[in-house]
Amino acid sequence: MKFRHFALGAAAAVLAGATTLPVQAQDTIYVPLLTYRTGPFANSGIPIADGMHDYLRMLNERDGGIGGAKIVIEECETGYDTKKGIECYESTKGKNPVVYNPYSTGITLQMIPKASADKIPVLSMAYGLSASANGNTFPWIFNPPATYWDGASAFVRHVAEQSGGFDKLKGKKLGLIHLDAPFGKEPIALLEALSKKYGFELKLYPVAASDMQNQGSVWLNIRRDRPDWIYNQGWGAMNPTAVKEAAKNNFPMDRLVGVWWAGGDDDARGGGDAAKGYKSLNFHAAGTNFPVIQDIQKHVVDKGLSKAPKDKVGENLYNRGVYNSMLIAEAVRNAQKITGKKAITAEDMRKGLESLNITDARLKEIGMDGFAAPLKLTCEDHNGHNKIYVAQWDGTKWVKGSEWMEPLTADVMPLLNAAAEDYAKANNWPARTEACQKGS
Amino acid sequence: MFYREAGQFKTTYPSDMAVFPIAQDRIGLGLILAAAFILIPLFASDFILSSVMIPFLVFSLAAIGLNILTGYTGLISLGTGAFMGVGAYACYKLMTIFPGVNIIIWIISAGFFSALVGIIFGIPSLRIKGFYLAVATLAAQFFLQWCFVRIPWLYNYNASGAIEVGTRTLFGIPIVGPNATPEARYYVMLCIVVALTWIASNIVHGKIGRSWMAVRDMDIAAELMGIKLLDTKLLAFAVSSFYAGVAGACMMFLWYGGGEASDAFNINQSFLILFMVIIGGLGSLIGSFFGAAFISILPTVLKFGLPAIGIPLSGATAEHLIHILVGALIIFFLIVEPHGLARLWQIGKQKLRMWPFPY
Repeated sequence: MKFRHFALGAAAAVLAGATTLPVQAQDTIYVPLLTYRTGPFANSGIPIADGMHDYLRMLNERDGGIGGAKIVIEECETGYDTKKGIECYESTKGKNPVVYNPYSTGITLQMIPKASADKIPVLSMAYGLSASANGNTFPWIFNPPATYWDGASAFVRHVAEQSGGFDKLKGKKLGLIHLDAPFGKEPIALLEALSKKYGFELKLYPVAASDMQNQGSVWLNIRRDRPDWIYNQGWGAMNPTAVKEAAKNNFPMDRLVGVWWAGGDDDARGGGDAAKGYKSLNFHAAGTNFPVIQDIQKHVVDKGLSKAPKDKVGENLYNRGVYNSMLIAEAVRNAQKITGKKAITAEDMRKGLESLNITDARLKEIGMDGFAAPLKLTCEDHNGHNKIYVAQWDGTKWVKGSEWMEPLTADVMPLLNAAAEDYAKANNWPARTEACQKGS
Repeated sequence: MFYREAGQFKTTYPSDMAVFPIAQDRIGLGLILAAAFILIPLFASDFILSSVMIPFLVFSLAAIGLNILTGYTGLISLGTGAFMGVGAYACYKLMTIFPGVNIIIWIISAGFFSALVGIIFGIPSLRIKGFYLAVATLAAQFFLQWCFVRIPWLYNYNASGAIEVGTRTLFGIPIVGPNATPEARYYVMLCIVVALTWIASNIVHGKIGRSWMAVRDMDIAAELMGIKLLDTKLLAFAVSSFYAGVAGACMMFLWYGGGEASDAFNINQSFLILFMVIIGGLGSLIGSFFGAAFISILPTVLKFGLPAIGIPLSGATAEHLIHILVGALIIFFLIVEPHGLARLWQIGKQKLRMWPFPY
């Protein structure tokens, strides 16, 4: 026990030294970032980690933290490995973290029961368990701005819009190429429900994790079936391979739509010129043409405080990290406003997240005008089912390929509530006891 | 000086044949058990218990399992990860079908399912040996892992394909699930490991273990002596898979607390356990513990221990350095002692008997 205090103290001292924060007890907010800069998915993990770190660092540099409280940022390397993820969780949970960002579906699934018991909020931004959007069942878990089911429904909506209406979906063939793992299989249930409703035919093309870079046979099937549209629920090395294969098989690139995690710059770049027109769902903008990104460049990147190479700042996944950190920061600010405290606790953070309301005006204030859609969470709805748009690769960068659109929330909600109920039943999940924090 | 058996006379055959014939060894074992049961839960932090000790015990159990097969019977297996998975899924199914029965019973019973699967995949071992058998068990690894993903019945049609572990209690204390304290989970884990190690020690020192070793050293000679090869090899597969299965169930229920299971039991897991057995020492129970400690504790201790003693390492750099360091240490130990850490330990003990006047 003595060792624990010593270790904590030493770790805190080292941390403070490493991030050049004053050691004196000042109001601080501890935000652990579970990131992965190593391992098989490092390519996607590094820009996200940089974006998350840089935005929070920028707030420290520019504003001296959030509401007068410095943010203590600590990265813990998970390597996208569930085992290391739990290690990170166990090693940081004693330091009063306000929120966890697991950044892996596997780690999120682990963390949902643990964090709920330890009463620390988890912000699994547009990944993790779709059902955790149900705030009545999962008071401690937040997954804004959209679930995978919202994403799949937005894909169907996009297809309908491009084909001239939902009635035109009848008789169409929609394919789903997906990683043969829980993450990849997630949209199947929703797409099956929608295919019944709208009368399109759903074709599944699973890709085993070990065959991510070897999709020849899968695309042979695709060529045989000739689906009209393909939705790609892939991650890591699977995405550039899928884009390359689509190009090789002359699949019309503007009919291949990836989930938001299939929207890395490197994913599309891998396909070369032929990847032009590749689409991916998105909930924030790419590029540096926003005051917030320029502030990051000025206060963090140009001062050499970021690990990101200068030309990677503003890439799609980097901006996703920024968006994620913006959600954290706004929730902290909201929690400070509710409680009147500077150094908020995890408990306060939960209230802050639950009553989060990021309006257009607020986005403008924080330099994110046009960067993202407004977002509002409630006690019942921890997701928001926010607007999504389709981004399109123009050969060098991601540009907007559609207007912001609402997912088909009406089709998603029944599935989602049923899944939450199943989860609660299977786990003897305790009923919610936390009082509802009404939005401001 | 202290470690000397002078004056310890054996007057009966059992005392002469004991597993620990030297009194100091027995005292040492007692001290280790006392430390494990009393000191560690008393003084270790939650982090040490749940991220260092519990993984160490889980891997020790799995390494003992593989050691029975590879170290004692001489059959190489690359399917340990999958056999662990069978244990985890069996335990999950049993737990959800019969929720009233205590979880510890199911953790142990899960081992029998794993043993059954192990026997089936062990059948080719009569005909094929060495690297070819390794390939056959590799097939088990891939086939079983495919089942874990593709048979939704195994994970109760869960949308995320995850094993979900609710709270389960023993005498009113939660031992499994999010509300279980690390201390409770550690004690359950420790009791399982101590009991199963004691059983393994008795098996390998008895008739069965001797027949395994006879098969390992020369199977034709063993056959001529009247040892049935098929029975012996299948028994080794069964016992080994039993241990792996229990380890897998413990991993999912006492350590991970549920989650995406199919990925946890992949080929890397099998390799990791094989490395533990090789580095720890083939054909040695204590080597299984050494190997598990080396492979599972060392990276964690380096990752979180170095910052704690004031060496500012973090993030990706630390991760890369740890990989380099652990790799270098593996090579170092294998050069110093190719027969594993267990042999090193034996040599150390031998030297200690002469100390301080070696002749």
